Amino acid sequence: MDLKDLYRDVILDHNKQPRNFGRLDPCDTSADGNNPLCGDRLTLTLRLEGDRVTAIRFEGKGCAISTASASLMTEAVKGKDEAAITRLRDLVHQTLTAHGETTLPPAELGKLAALAGVRDYPARVKCASLCWHTLGAALEHHAQRHADHGPATVSTE
Amino acid sequence: MSAAVTPLAYDVARVRADFPILGTTVRGKRLAFLDTAASAQRPLAVIEAVDRYERSSHANVHRGVYELSQNATDAFEGARERVRRFLNASSIKEIVFTRGTTESINLVAQAWGRRLGPGDEILITWMEHHANIVPWQMLCERTGAVLKVAPIDQRGELDLEAFRALLSPRTKLAAFTQVSNALGTVLPIRAMIDAARAVGALTLLDGAQAVAHERVDVRALGCDFYVFSSHKLYGPTGLGVLWAREAVLREMPPWQGGGDMILTVSFAKTTYNDLPYRFEAGTPHISGAVGLAAAIDYLEALGIERVHAHEQGLLARATHALRAIAGLRIIGEAKEKAGVVSFTLEGVHPHDLGTILDDEGVAVRTGHHCAMPVMEFFDVPATARASFGCYTDDADLEQLVYALGRAREVFG
Repeated sequence: MDLKDLYRDVILDHNKQPRNFGRLDPCDTSADGNNPLCGDRLTLTLRLEGDRVTAIRFEGKGCAISTASASLMTEAVKGKDEAAITRLRDLVHQTLTAHGETTLPPAELGKLAALAGVRDYPARVKCASLCWHTLGAALEHHAQRHADHGPATVSTE
Repeated sequence: MSAAVTPLAYDVARVRADFPILGTTVRGKRLAFLDTAASAQRPLAVIEAVDRYERSSHANVHRGVYELSQNATDAFEGARERVRRFLNASSIKEIVFTRGTTESINLVAQAWGRRLGPGDEILITWMEHHANIVPWQMLCERTGAVLKVAPIDQRGELDLEAFRALLSPRTKLAAFTQVSNALGTVLPIRAMIDAARAVGALTLLDGAQAVAHERVDVRALGCDFYVFSSHKLYGPTGLGVLWAREAVLREMPPWQGGGDMILTVSFAKTTYNDLPYRFEAGTPHISGAVGLAAAIDYLEALGIERVHAHEQGLLARATHALRAIAGLRIIGEAKEKAGVVSFTLEGVHPHDLGTILDDEGVAVRTGHHCAMPVMEFFDVPATARASFGCYTDDADLEQLVYALGRAREVFG
């Protein structure tokens, strides 16, 4: 277990220069994520075609792990449909919670594999997973609104 | 040759030897435990007192006529008397055991608070722990009373004039902390108690952060309620104390019903037990009380005044060392502080800081410290907080400073 494994260059880079930072206006769906314990907050805004994400931005304040995770996520999900995103989300979740494992994370994760170091720091898993929970809420919000043909409110926590 | 007439210097190495946990390592590093404000570690004297009780004296209290039960009762009631002496309370009737500071405050809010109604006011300060905010919010919701909050300034000191101005005959209770857990500020409690009494309000003091660091004399203070937790006083978790003036306690209805708090029970009429048992329904935390008594013995043998002086020295040296670190901002710079330093490091989120410090064996609290309004006031999501106790030494501080340097390295 090494700090360098948690704070890899990719993480530090995305923390310092988050990609897709800001807010899409107009957007098709959005959600707020909130980790009251550490004060992490983020807002996701998305544009969709069908259930495919065509644009995504995030905005908020958080630790390096939560900021880098959100930044990497926005890059990873752009252009993907909901099924592919769900698959990716499950993979990320498995990787983050594989406490004590030393195997390489699945290649499918691409740059998201940089988050694998979190698995040795269980207290930090929620930092890395906040953006994914928020994304899930935003997509669910969108799906519901389409089903109900009306506005829906979503709170993530 | 001169004789040793000067009082013995505070020997922190000897104190540390009393705390087995300080000999353990974290991630292969020496443990620098700087989170005493969250929970203090236990000396061997406490661990052994609890162990002895569990091995040879345990039975339920206030019940059996057999010897073991009498031993347990003696130990439990002996602990109550020990707490009474510690606080200089008038009578053991005024010492109610609870689960902790939080429960003590909730007890007051629920039992004493029943008399409140619309138009009544409760005054607190901006730097309260959530445990001294939320029970009053809930009480206000139930009764229509109004919660007032006295502001603080940028140094983290109470605005005493504003506090006074918020008091009025409508104020039924002023509830405030003696020492801020998030900032370390020591509040001007004497002036606050006097001001509250002048308008006829009762006063509740949250002593959780104070009781292990300075001598408390509830009679000299002139407050009506004093609450604290055992585990912040080097005693076991799960136990706390509510002290209340007997006259006030006598007027309060019971809050939880059950065994021990009654004299007789029938379906026609139940009569309640005398003080303090009326407020202690169910089997209490007997071993916890035994441990607390041992913790008080331990602390008083060390000398609270000497511990306080030791902690003030650490505070001064820590503040000096931390101020020298570029980008480090100390949150809370009150003139009078307890052994607590809250800070942020520019470009490093407190959560990342906590992880890096942990990697160097340094245990600090990072987060909002159950004082979200304080974080909001200083416009920070969270802080890192180093806090000191009787066993904290300069090596702990050096390790902290070194680890902060590591954080700088990682984050550039």
